Amino acid sequence: MKQAGGWLWRVSLANLFFLYGPIALLILFSFNASRLSATWQGWTWQWYRALWVNQSLLDATANSLRVATVSTVLALFLGVGLAVGLDSLSGRRQRQIEQSLLLPLVIPEVMMGVSLLLFFVLLQIPLSLITVMMGHALFNVPVVVIIVRARLKKLDPRLMEAAADLGATYWNTLRHVTIPLLRPAILGAGLMAFTISLDDFIVTYFTAGPGATTLPLKVYSMIKSGMSPEINALSALFVIVSMGLIGLSLLLQRR
Amino acid sequence: MVDQSASIDIASLVKRHGATLAVDHVSLTVPRGEFFSLLGPSGAGKTSVLRMIAGFETPDEGTIRIDGRSMEAVPPNRRPVNLVFQSYALFPHMTVAENVAFGPTMQGASRADITSRVRLALDMVKLSSKEERLPSQLSGGEQQRVALARALVNRPSVLLLDEPLSALDQQLRQEMQVELKSIQARAACTFVCVTHHQEEALTMSDRVAVMHQGRVLQVGSPQDLYEAPGSAFVARFIGVSNELRGIVRRIDGERAIVQSPECIGEIQIVLPMHLPIQVGSPVTVLIRPERLRLSTTVQRLSGEQSLAASVDKVLYSGSDRRYLVRLGEHVVWNVRVPNDESGRNGLVPGDNLSVRWQISDAVVLSE
Repeated sequence: MKQAGGWLWRVSLANLFFLYGPIALLILFSFNASRLSATWQGWTWQWYRALWVNQSLLDATANSLRVATVSTVLALFLGVGLAVGLDSLSGRRQRQIEQSLLLPLVIPEVMMGVSLLLFFVLLQIPLSLITVMMGHALFNVPVVVIIVRARLKKLDPRLMEAAADLGATYWNTLRHVTIPLLRPAILGAGLMAFTISLDDFIVTYFTAGPGATTLPLKVYSMIKSGMSPEINALSALFVIVSMGLIGLSLLLQRR
Repeated sequence: MVDQSASIDIASLVKRHGATLAVDHVSLTVPRGEFFSLLGPSGAGKTSVLRMIAGFETPDEGTIRIDGRSMEAVPPNRRPVNLVFQSYALFPHMTVAENVAFGPTMQGASRADITSRVRLALDMVKLSSKEERLPSQLSGGEQQRVALARALVNRPSVLLLDEPLSALDQQLRQEMQVELKSIQARAACTFVCVTHHQEEALTMSDRVAVMHQGRVLQVGSPQDLYEAPGSAFVARFIGVSNELRGIVRRIDGERAIVQSPECIGEIQIVLPMHLPIQVGSPVTVLIRPERLRLSTTVQRLSGEQSLAASVDKVLYSGSDRRYLVRLGEHVVWNVRVPNDESGRNGLVPGDNLSVRWQISDAVVLSE
């Protein structure tokens, strides 16, 4: 048994290395003094400083934050409403809607991007930052619903009954009991949605109009003209911020 | 006819869960200010009745009236009742004071009114010092008091209690039985309590309805139920009861002679007026353990009945001794003898004696 345990431990380590090795390497090389990525020539902060003065990068960051904020608020509004509303439906209808919500999570993102593009063109909505926000809200709604419903199912239904028994209407029960008890899950879902929006490339690529460049789009266009240490630095920052947000989100959901 | 003085008036209430009748034509009337209990084993339908009164379940048939007003289509938040949940269902994100203030706030009471009512309610359950605590910082007994205060602060016409003491330990449970009774007297409101614990129901209630398989078997004062059970189920469920099954051999005026195939000898019973008993009818005779007397002498007091028995076991329990005496191969009776002079008679297993009782202490049921 002990031997098998040791063996499994080694496989796990290899796995972790495979997952996080490239990311660690990326972060390490973002501090590399050499312009040529492949050789190590000592430590430097210069690439991070270069990011700070690059106006087009700062613009893209601002766009990304705008998209993530608006799409998260939108997704939370729709997702929490849907999650709570699903509770008052009966068994079969509830299951059908819950399952149909999983679909956007499994269909290839490219398809979603293409269909959104088609949709916007058909409705003659000009592509802009707003269409990106709408696209992001769309794929974030299921994320919010899934996280919030998991919490909702763990709530004691007697609490809602107690509120009604004490004279609260449906809306008062929601406002004073259900939503406050869901708060950790709502915050967690919001952070998760925010991160997913921040990191998204494909849907953004299809729905972004001229001038609506987000950070991932910017990185992609920079790579076209060759790898540079600035990209390493930018990506390193991205990874750290994303991991931090996801970590916080998981922490909130566990509460 | 609607009884205007009744707090709750339930008429042939039916609730089906799938194919089974969870509540089977239950009719009850509870006068204002009464402590009424629904007693029965789990699955008897008592919680369903309570939840229908509260409005969380809809009856399939029948009507519920509270203070003379029909509750049909009245949602839980508009009913003049409040429920103390078995799990208390306190709001975990609110302090004790906020929990108690919830009801009055929802009813739109003024801030000053809310503050004074919350204080009064917390005083009533002796929790004024803990109003800033969260429910998770309280003991089980304290949580229950908060639940009580949270319900009573709304001055309900009827307070519903679902197994109110089941989550408490034995000692606290007995304290709370007394406490609940005195809170009810102070609050001057009708209490309807669901419990499976017979001792709890007997000590607290003015009247008790015994339920079994969705039906109400008997409604009466604790004394009625204990001393004049209407069925073997009620007799067995409330207290310990000794039974003897037999056949009526002779009828002599209002008395009859019963012979049992399960033991030797005959006994005399008083014929109950309301039962159609004839010669040859099978009957069950019930006698409570504390109404029995053990005797080794032949002498019989007037009106006493006796059967021959032998001591099987002696169980010492402090205030009294319980004797298990065998009357026949399948008949073992419980006899409780108080631990005073008369009880210290030094009987040991194997002793032959006679069990005796006053003829009026035996309850007769027809099969």
